[in-house]
Amino acid sequence: MGTTHPLRVQKKFFTFGDLRDGMVLDCGARLGPVTIAYETLGNLRAERNNALLILHACTGDSHVAGVYDDADERPGWWDAMVGPGKPIDTRRYFVICSNILGSCMGSTGPSSINPATGKPYGLDFPMVTIRDMVRAQRRLLEHLGIPRLLAAIGGSVGGMQVLQWCATYPELVKAAIPLATTTRHSAQAIAFNEVARQAIMADPLWRGGDYYQGEKPGLGLALARMIGHVTYLSDESMREKFGRRLLNEGGCFSFDFAGDFQVESYLRYQGKKFVERFDANSLLYITKAGDYFDLAPENGGLDNPAISGIRFLVISFTSDWLYPTYQSRELVSALKKRGCDVSFCEIEARWGHDAFLLPNARLGDIIRGFLDGLETEE
Amino acid sequence: METTAQQYGYATRRDTGSPEVSKDAAGTSRYQLMRFDLRVIASWIRPGCRVLDLGCGNGDLLDHLRKSKAVHGTGIELDEKKAAACIARGLSVLQGDINTEVRDYPTDSFDYVILSQTLQQVRDPETLLTHLLTVGRRVIVSFPNFSHWRNRLQLLFLGRAPVSRQLPYEWYDTPNIRVITLTDFKRFLHRIHVTIVRQAAINTHHHDEEGNIIRWGAGWRATYGILLIEKRGSDDRGAGSKEPAAAALSQKGN
Repeated sequence: MGTTHPLRVQKKFFTFGDLRDGMVLDCGARLGPVTIAYETLGNLRAERNNALLILHACTGDSHVAGVYDDADERPGWWDAMVGPGKPIDTRRYFVICSNILGSCMGSTGPSSINPATGKPYGLDFPMVTIRDMVRAQRRLLEHLGIPRLLAAIGGSVGGMQVLQWCATYPELVKAAIPLATTTRHSAQAIAFNEVARQAIMADPLWRGGDYYQGEKPGLGLALARMIGHVTYLSDESMREKFGRRLLNEGGCFSFDFAGDFQVESYLRYQGKKFVERFDANSLLYITKAGDYFDLAPENGGLDNPAISGIRFLVISFTSDWLYPTYQSRELVSALKKRGCDVSFCEIEARWGHDAFLLPNARLGDIIRGFLDGLETEE
Repeated sequence: METTAQQYGYATRRDTGSPEVSKDAAGTSRYQLMRFDLRVIASWIRPGCRVLDLGCGNGDLLDHLRKSKAVHGTGIELDEKKAAACIARGLSVLQGDINTEVRDYPTDSFDYVILSQTLQQVRDPETLLTHLLTVGRRVIVSFPNFSHWRNRLQLLFLGRAPVSRQLPYEWYDTPNIRVITLTDFKRFLHRIHVTIVRQAAINTHHHDEEGNIIRWGAGWRATYGILLIEKRGSDDRGAGSKEPAAAALSQKGN
């Protein structure tokens, strides 16, 4: 990043509830106190009508764009999309991004201290759902004094949160942009999540989730990430990025298992890098929340009549095989039947599920124009 | 032009002149670049109503209707690039196939459904039109008139399947699987119990961006036909209760 990034952000924390009056979760358990890590960009207008809530994906965090300080070399995960003059223009909108409940990037999760024991929760942490995450975000918005969102925007598990916002608090959302997402996981998506969870739980260092005093279950977590990462790419992008290229420049096989192919080394690197920043138990909880999520229209998931007042922009990507386009089309069909104003585009992209995170002029133009249209129609 | 017609943005009562070209409030230059048939269609649409535009392209018609008539519009467009361009203009547009996308809308979701220059590519026009007349109170259809004199002469004297500006394809590469004439289409509407509320036959030139409305000999002279239709026996609630009489332009010279 050589030159200094123009956008400075700060991670903040909001805590609510205590042991007795904490959040009641979908599983029936009570959780408190609850801390939510969040970052904001731009300024809230006096009319309080320019707030955008950005919802991050499975292993993301509140650091959506900008840098923390001069030494910070990596800007936020959606820096190409969010910032001054960018499609989600922080000169115009007040952008909020919070870390999800159950995560390990500042919000309360299984690695947080359980006030009842003084030790990390581990598996004593209650199961959280996508709806629980959204309810916690609602508390944050109340705290920030935001009566209604101009739009909720998110991809993947973030897109599920967008849909959950629409289902639970339709009157608080003017518009919604669910990207590369689904109303519920397919058996295939659950299967990949289960393999990832089993990889973690099979690591002897996992110790039933109680590993915070000792060494982390790094091998299991790295393996889980490698599996996940494959589902985020596509056949085409992997062929283009790696093909069958070897690490060894001479083009000879090693005839052992140290790793010959570039794709092997790439996945190992991704796994290793992930272990440094993410908690294994959090991955278990969040993947489970994704698997439980179900707003399928046939189960009445989108039946709140107030949903018809929301403007939708649904986007899928051609090479996304984790949440394929047919799932977005089912969502669009259900929204049309409910009288929603809905736009839909299947963007041509080779990069698989990850495409929504990568710089993409078409995606940027669509989001910019859609947001622009929300304000001009007022 | 009559004042009331201009006020409502209609073409004149008897459709004798151009639609309100000079009266366009917003984006005049863009409006003048809009296809002539779309300008006629726009002039038929009442302000503030709900419109579904099938095969909306880059969204010129929807954008014009939104700006000049406060129309609440939705478009359906198959092409990713065009659909994306529409959404980037702030229009509500769905990327998809019209035959499947129109199915999900509740009855009477729209005051008008527009099918412009697409009918000739539809595999099952009866099913589609019947469905459009369910999701919309009225449907506006425009299509290239195959019985234009140039087409007739090509077939008569050259013995060749007609190729024209409106139908610029050879038999082996044409997407147009239906050969439609004004007469045929009206017979078809009669057969499927659909009423013509209003119609215009137009002659276009200069890449179809300019043209005039034809008053006689439409079957020979029209490059396009445009018809506003509704289900026979529709009660006249809302949509076009003040439409000029359908008979104003009956085609007798076919």
